[in-house]
Amino acid sequence: MMIDWQHFTPVSALLGGALIGIAASILILCNGRIAGISGIIGGLIKATLAERIWRIAFIVGLISAALIWQLFTALPEITISTSSGLLILSGLIVGFGTRLGSGCTSGHGICGISRLSLRSIVATLTFMLTGFATVYVMRHLLSLST
Amino acid sequence: MKSPMLAILTALLSGLLFGLGLLFSGLANPAKVLAFLDLAGLWDISLALVMAGGISISMIAFTIARKRSASYLGLPVQIPSNRQIDRPLIMGAALFGIGWGLAGICPGPAVVLLGAGSLQGVIFLVAMLIGMGLFEVVYARR
Repeated sequence: MMIDWQHFTPVSALLGGALIGIAASILILCNGRIAGISGIIGGLIKATLAERIWRIAFIVGLISAALIWQLFTALPEITISTSSGLLILSGLIVGFGTRLGSGCTSGHGICGISRLSLRSIVATLTFMLTGFATVYVMRHLLSLST
Repeated sequence: MKSPMLAILTALLSGLLFGLGLLFSGLANPAKVLAFLDLAGLWDISLALVMAGGISISMIAFTIARKRSASYLGLPVQIPSNRQIDRPLIMGAALFGIGWGLAGICPGPAVVLLGAGSLQGVIFLVAMLIGMGLFEVVYARR
């Protein structure tokens, strides 16, 4: 295992993480809800009107982030070299999987671990493991650039 | 509820800060996420620190929230009560990890990419929404 020190960005990672933590804190302390993105979006389908409003407000905020960022400075690097076919397959699996597993990186990874939920710790270890395995298979066994 | 309008504003603010955090941390850059998931390549461990930064702050909030029945705005504090490690949890998380490893995009960044005007991000987002809809059809309505 070789660590890529050249692309290591500890300060922005920690500060960005802290911003995410503050966002999750506001939502639980003010709205009483977990900042789990897949749950907030997926829950829209069956939600009552009152339930829909805060979800939509959160999603509007999330969409606005890049727009507001650009009022001040250029967006940071965003590189996607995955083919459209693979993007579609990946999106379908992520959508289905996060709903089946009741959460994603935010709901389980940040909020769940913060409240020491065993369910979330197991879920996070599971998706990290299959994430590592998938990249290994794609890049090193199949030599596909994703 | 003290103020329904205020609750909409706090949800909006939370979403905005969440998105800014994703952009700032590098988590909204799929190439960086894949570099983090690539243990056998040149490993970029930065994103482990995003989780550390996020958890260290929200841990305080959850400790406070857990002792309260109502939020600061008078809304019920809804913390999941399910403690079962069951098949759907494991299967779902395993699937999610596979999808995440294919493109380096998870649900939060997918929405942020829409705001960033990334066409590829939109392709992923639409597929993700269809995947969520499929779940409702297959599971939730049986």
